[in-house]
Amino acid sequence: MIAVEQLTKSFNGQPVLRGIDLHVSPGECVAIMGPNGAGKTTLLRILATLSRPSGGRLTIDGLASESHASAIRQRVGLISHQPLLYEDLSAEENLRFYGRMYGVPDLEWRIAALLERVGLDLRRYELARTFSRGMKQRLAIARVLLHEPKVLLMDEPYTGLDEQAAGILDEMVSNGQAPRRTIVLTTHDMERGLQYSQRALILVKGQIAHQMDGSSWDPARFRQEYRRLVGAAR
Amino acid sequence: MKQLIYQVGTVIRKDLAVEMRSRERLIAMLVFALIVILVFSFAFDLRVQDAAAVAPGVLWVTFSFAGMLGLGRSFVREREDGCLDGLLLCPVDRSAIYVAKMVGNLLFIALMEACTLPIFFALFNLALPPLLLVVILLGTIGFAAVGTLFAAMMAYARARDLLLPVLFFPIVIPLLIAGVKLSAGLFDGQPWSEINHWLHFMIAFDVILLVVSYLSFEYLVEE
Amino acid sequence: MAERQSQETTARTATGTPLKARPARAISLLHILTAGAIALGLVMAFLVAPREATMGDVQRIFYFHVAASWTGYLALAVTFVAGLLYLRRGERRWDRMSWASAEIGLLFITEGIITGSLWAKPVWGTWWTWDPRLTTSAVLWLVYAAYLLLRHSIEEEARRARFGAVYSILAFVAVPLNFMAIRWWRAMHPLVLNSPGFGMTPTMLITLIISVVAFTLLYMTMLSLRLRVARAEEALRQLRLQQEGLT
Repeated sequence: MIAVEQLTKSFNGQPVLRGIDLHVSPGECVAIMGPNGAGKTTLLRILATLSRPSGGRLTIDGLASESHASAIRQRVGLISHQPLLYEDLSAEENLRFYGRMYGVPDLEWRIAALLERVGLDLRRYELARTFSRGMKQRLAIARVLLHEPKVLLMDEPYTGLDEQAAGILDEMVSNGQAPRRTIVLTTHDMERGLQYSQRALILVKGQIAHQMDGSSWDPARFRQEYRRLVGAAR
Repeated sequence: MKQLIYQVGTVIRKDLAVEMRSRERLIAMLVFALIVILVFSFAFDLRVQDAAAVAPGVLWVTFSFAGMLGLGRSFVREREDGCLDGLLLCPVDRSAIYVAKMVGNLLFIALMEACTLPIFFALFNLALPPLLLVVILLGTIGFAAVGTLFAAMMAYARARDLLLPVLFFPIVIPLLIAGVKLSAGLFDGQPWSEINHWLHFMIAFDVILLVVSYLSFEYLVEE
Repeated sequence: MAERQSQETTARTATGTPLKARPARAISLLHILTAGAIALGLVMAFLVAPREATMGDVQRIFYFHVAASWTGYLALAVTFVAGLLYLRRGERRWDRMSWASAEIGLLFITEGIITGSLWAKPVWGTWWTWDPRLTTSAVLWLVYAAYLLLRHSIEEEARRARFGAVYSILAFVAVPLNFMAIRWWRAMHPLVLNSPGFGMTPTMLITLIISVVAFTLLYMTMLSLRLRVARAEEALRQLRLQQEGLT
């Protein structure tokens, strides 16, 4: 589903990603961990086609990012630190806007269903400005699920969340429902990261320093490597 | 193609909805326009006979400065709330975002102008030549075309409010000249054949700058 | 080590649009040519060219004024083309050239305006006139200033380069339109002072051509030197990053 070959990215002449190779199968959940500044957010932004790589290739669902970025966007959803919501619009107006931009069919029905799923149906007419951080993140989750993306990218989504929002996220990440989405998630939280993923990697200074997948699943060793590479494990 | 138009329309509607909620941009533009006109009134100590001579200049200075104030804010929401990323994540052509923003700006500036014109004509005690509206529209299109591009740049720059006028004015001076010449000609009742080349000029300027801006926008938002 | 080597090779061949690729030796040939042309131009302007009938010796400023202004506009064209090439190809050297050309262009246009003003005062009795060429030069000055200010306020390198390039494209399109507009504007007021019409003798014409060529060569020299500095700065930065173990 996701094929990354020799991906590099530099800002101001300084390399942030130095040759990443990654292949993610459909339905797989990958957790990326690493210290601050390792390049996790940059990698995710490139996968979301928000950022262009300085070198290397990216293919999602068979589509190359250089030529089919727009088609990739239709299939990808991103949850980042910022909720990407318009403060002056209500919950449903925000969803309606994004829904229209993505060309979501049966939009009104989906908005109602999603608001209910994230527990915001009672607040659908209230402005996003009035929401707490947890509520905003829940609305962001609704936003990302609107167009039913095949690939979900989540950048440290658990930061600053309340119980309810974390629970909803857990539900999404555990990927219970068919069709299973392909998920790439970055986190500082080792336990959460290892809980639902089938593959985990440690990113340090723009390179993959350690990988662990189904065939060699060894959480203890992973934690050890993490401690060694990064310092104290969280 | 149809989807593109729909997406452009969606962004325009969203911008209108956001603006109507707080109205701060619109009000700021309006108040500023009125202040500029008043300041000019005091500065020139206008009497009825002299009014027609300075009126075109006052009109265009007011519109360009007040318009610029509004332009400066057109990407602020996106910038502050991080929504520009949200927009860029959508499967939409970057140039379509430009069109939507440009039309939005055009509407806002036109609204400010519509509110300001009656006051202008009252203060200067002049009659409104109908063709003037066409001239103002052409000028506004040019402002919006170029200004939207610079407003997008400002979303990424330091000292953004200070920089916008510096970037904006050298480029739109031709529009100002043409606007003033045409307005003066219309106020004075000059024969159309003498001034219509200015109109052609404005149209040409608008078309060229629109095309260049449309093509350049994607380079601004790319990362 | 290999990286520095390739940097040097790039430095030698990448001298950009109006200048074709030259080895380092030819750059010093440029210096010599420039020095010679300037010397010749000075001699011609002050000694050889005849004294103008109505204006007197002050007319000699004309040679410097036209040459400086012409170079100022040439610099805009270079900034534009280099900017366009940067957008299409993404190679940093085009951005360096665009920036360097804008900096130097600002200098030449400033000189053009000052010499124009110095000439205007004794001839027309006023320091400034809204004649199309002077006015457009003033606008061009503002454009350069805006370009440099814009670059200064964007922190990220690649974005700074792209924004500069886009602005230079807009400017290149707007400045000629500007000239047209002002020309028409002034054409409606016949009593405004026109461009100083004075008959040019063949000697004067030759002097003018030599001045223009000399200034163009000077521009090219300054551009190549400025580019050399820019490349050195970049190499230094790369070395520093290597030192810190970041590369």
